[in-house]
Amino acid sequence: MPTATYADTAVPVDDEGFFTDPGRWSEPMAEQIAEESGIEQLTDRHWTVIRFMRQQYAAKGTGPTVRVLGKTSGVSVKELYQLFPKGPAKTAAKIAGIPKPRGCI
Amino acid sequence: MPRFCHRYDSEGMSTHIVILGGGTAGTLTANRLRRMYDAGECRITVVDQDDDHVYQPGLLFLPFGLAQPRHLVRSRPHQLHAGIDYQRSRIDRVDLDARRVHFAVGGWVAYDVLVVATGARLLPEETEGLTGPGWGENVFTFYDLPGAMSLRHAVQRFRGGRVVVNVSDLPLKCPVAPLEFAFLADWYFRRCGIRDRVQLTYATPLDAAFTKPVAAKALGGLLADKGIELVTEFTLGEVDGAGGRLVSYDEREVPFDLAVVVPLHGGAAYVDRSPGLGDELGFVPVDPHTLQHPDRAEVFAIGDAAGLSASKAGSVAHFEGETLTGNIARFLAGRPVEPSYDGHTNCFVETGFHKALLIDFNYDTEPLPGHFPAAVGLPLLKESYANHLGKLAFEWLYWHTLLPGRELPGIGAEMPEQGKTRSPA
Repeated sequence: MPTATYADTAVPVDDEGFFTDPGRWSEPMAEQIAEESGIEQLTDRHWTVIRFMRQQYAAKGTGPTVRVLGKTSGVSVKELYQLFPKGPAKTAAKIAGIPKPRGCI
Repeated sequence: MPRFCHRYDSEGMSTHIVILGGGTAGTLTANRLRRMYDAGECRITVVDQDDDHVYQPGLLFLPFGLAQPRHLVRSRPHQLHAGIDYQRSRIDRVDLDARRVHFAVGGWVAYDVLVVATGARLLPEETEGLTGPGWGENVFTFYDLPGAMSLRHAVQRFRGGRVVVNVSDLPLKCPVAPLEFAFLADWYFRRCGIRDRVQLTYATPLDAAFTKPVAAKALGGLLADKGIELVTEFTLGEVDGAGGRLVSYDEREVPFDLAVVVPLHGGAAYVDRSPGLGDELGFVPVDPHTLQHPDRAEVFAIGDAAGLSASKAGSVAHFEGETLTGNIARFLAGRPVEPSYDGHTNCFVETGFHKALLIDFNYDTEPLPGHFPAAVGLPLLKESYANHLGKLAFEWLYWHTLLPGRELPGIGAEMPEQGKTRSPA
């Protein structure tokens, strides 16, 4: 399994760079992952979403989809795309150190 | 099958199973249960808000004049076996603590077992602009009967221009239907002799034509062969009917003269009014293998209404039926439920020119090439005339085998492995 190094710590990730063990994540790692995902600086709004993602993962075992995020996180889908332009559910999951959200179908 | 339904309440009434929804899932559940229990053992009630049972797979064919609306609609109560009560009422809410279903006009019914089978609801008003200017003029959906009929007139009048087929977001009923629409549009405009004047685009929120890799490659290849442009990772944010543009949340635009949009889906409205029953989108989260509610042992969900990662499709409801009714019997007999549903899904994908391909998969196995249900059978993931005939034959099987809750000839609830080809990744 591949590893990535964030905040001087090697952590296991999947082929697309998602954490496979959310317990290994720490807040200082988020800034670095965000930068790699093309987000210069994490604002309070970003952190609202990141913390919500981790909380949802802990409760349900998977990160929410964009539509569910828009309904439940207090951040609208429009704003989610402004915060995480390249796909909010995937990018926020990566920064929050949780596995790739499972889609439907 | 255990036949233990002899629990009587304080008034000496027999066990009451209440099924919400008289569509594919609710009807086949009621009919299976009626065969399992004598009328004296168990009362079975089906509740729905209207009497029109629509053969939904037929909606795809309406816009192209390949089906007639009067053939697609039958009476809901007439699909139910004798000895099943049918109540035509709008549901206000379910009180899970009191085990009662409340009706919009007042009054309630008590249940010992509740089956949620009220399907999925279209939510076009949740997408900005979708029901605004252009709705019914140059913006349509074929996911309900009135929508499919007005689209039929627009398709017949169409003389050339840009046609876009768009899935607004997941989940959606019959995830292959929008692809089939694009394939049939290619066929239809060719037959009319105007294909060279029609630009066809398929815009999807997925990162490919379909979710599962092997099928996505086969279906994406068909789009390319038919000259249909594929736009991926397009999550619909706004419809500008007057300006003829679909705009994604990440601000990409797809221009159109005729837009065919699959609206957002949610569960039935009463689910949102019933604390503890559903999830954020109004679907009922049940165990993916037992179909039982995690917090309420006497509550089950089946078909499109269930919040599962299985496809929202009639074949899923059919394959779930055996697990569901078996587990209701186990629950009533005080025995543990069994995790027997494997996510089995089976879809004929109409590809135009009297051909179709067939896909068969479950939670763990993606759609693979080969033959179904065994080495000698219909070709999988490959276009053929035989599959087109299979798709047409399904309509008869739907009314006469699937809804009565009988097994389909040669096809079990568990996904068959025999006949499938696993190629190295």
